[in-house]
Amino acid sequence: MKTPLLQIRDLYAGYQGKPVLSKVSLDVMENDFIGIIGPNGGGKTTLLKILMGLMKPLKGTIEYSFRRSDIGYLPQGNQLDESFPITVKEVVSSGLNSSIRRSSGMKKSRNDQLNKALHRTGLEALKYRPIGELSGGELQRTLLARAIVSSPKLLVLDEPDTHVDNRFEMELYQLLKELNQNMAILLVSHDIGTISPYIKSIACVNRDLHYHPSNEINEEQLKVYNCPIEIITHGPIPHRVMKTHKP
Amino acid sequence: MDIVELFTYGFFRNAFISAVLMSVSCGIIGTYIVSRRMVFISGGITHASFGGVGLGYFLGFPPLAGAAIFAVIAALTTENLTRRKVIRNDSIIAIMWSLGMALGIIFVYLTPGYAPNLMSFLFGSIITVNSTDLWLMLALAIVITSFFIILYRPILYVSFDEQFARTRGIPVMFLNYLLIILVALTIVLSIRIAGIILVLSILTIPQNIANLFTNRFGSIMIVSVIIGFAGSFIGLLVSYYLDVPSGATIIFTLVVLYLAARLVKVINFGTEKSQTK
Repeated sequence: MKTPLLQIRDLYAGYQGKPVLSKVSLDVMENDFIGIIGPNGGGKTTLLKILMGLMKPLKGTIEYSFRRSDIGYLPQGNQLDESFPITVKEVVSSGLNSSIRRSSGMKKSRNDQLNKALHRTGLEALKYRPIGELSGGELQRTLLARAIVSSPKLLVLDEPDTHVDNRFEMELYQLLKELNQNMAILLVSHDIGTISPYIKSIACVNRDLHYHPSNEINEEQLKVYNCPIEIITHGPIPHRVMKTHKP
Repeated sequence: MDIVELFTYGFFRNAFISAVLMSVSCGIIGTYIVSRRMVFISGGITHASFGGVGLGYFLGFPPLAGAAIFAVIAALTTENLTRRKVIRNDSIIAIMWSLGMALGIIFVYLTPGYAPNLMSFLFGSIITVNSTDLWLMLALAIVITSFFIILYRPILYVSFDEQFARTRGIPVMFLNYLLIILVALTIVLSIRIAGIILVLSILTIPQNIANLFTNRFGSIMIVSVIIGFAGSFIGLLVSYYLDVPSGATIIFTLVVLYLAARLVKVINFGTEKSQTK
């Protein structure tokens, strides 16, 4: 049996005594593509922050089979200052592993990594553009390029599909599918219907975590998992049927 | 008297050199402040330093040293309390701002006799800069320039997205505290030139002029240094010939330059597309 990339055991977390996550356990294996769903305030982002080392758990353990800098991270994009004077190239470079001293050989390999990430996300032409002049989709692609530029073993995405148009959403999932051949992916989404064809398994986070090892999920299961989210169905014409939210 | 002749005066040479040195420090630090939207916190640090000026008068040590101590304490306290979410960021800034002024007023009141040069701390006086000031300004300009050259990328990354920078192993806290100390020291040394009440504009107007024409962190720094120097040199000359206060004239010159730059931009580019939101 293969060892997991990441092993979360009995994790508790919260802010100033307010519990957000309790007794969460999860194994992430190589080439996993896990969709993390759950209601707002259910603890999805908190879980990611703990994985990224931005927050300390109250209890429990996380074991990484790699260095934490080998996680690529795409945070929720709405907290960035879009008028900040920085170019696409500079943003993407910030995802490379930091080191103040550099040899010339390293500089070349960093450049190769950078160009590869720009190519994959289709940003070559926008390389020197300040981020204030990008569209929402272009900015999101820039942040994705930043997350994958260091060829991480695990890619963690926090709602990459908000504020982007449908066309980019499809491109994004296509790209993630390709990336998934080389890295495990954890994707937080509020929109389970759209992601379900691409993900391999689902984790529902609402205080606790329920792991569902396939990408099929129905209302019954959601009830059992105490996971009050929208269910969105697909048809030949894109349409959404929203269930009422449970209290 | 023509300009060349002016340079034969020691006070004018000192004023000229201090304008150059201040432009370097303020051009770089101001770009950091403006990009990271830290103008208000800088205002708080500036006014808090007045408490140190007053204490210097009261106890008889150099007011500038008192200002430096108060500014650094105010900067670190604001940063720390905000980070720990003890109090709202803008509220602690306002408290530091007025506490510093209040202490300064009390100390100056308690000091027997007349407080010499008090007005120059409030409104600046580039023509009374002495050689000690110049050495301090030179040291600060060298320290700031070196830091920003060596740590350019980490500083840029932390300023843009602190949380992400932390996930990449950048020492975010170290840089934040280091930079806020440099901000405090830059403000204190610029007080000699522009005064507590006016110094904020030297840290913001050149950057906003630069930002009209470039949207890159590094370029804004370099252009700001040049514009800051141009503004202070022109302001110095105007204040000399018209016999009006130098600090205020420098600020007024910078505002005129800003308006002129906007006009040039509208004429040349028609739209204001790359102006930041």
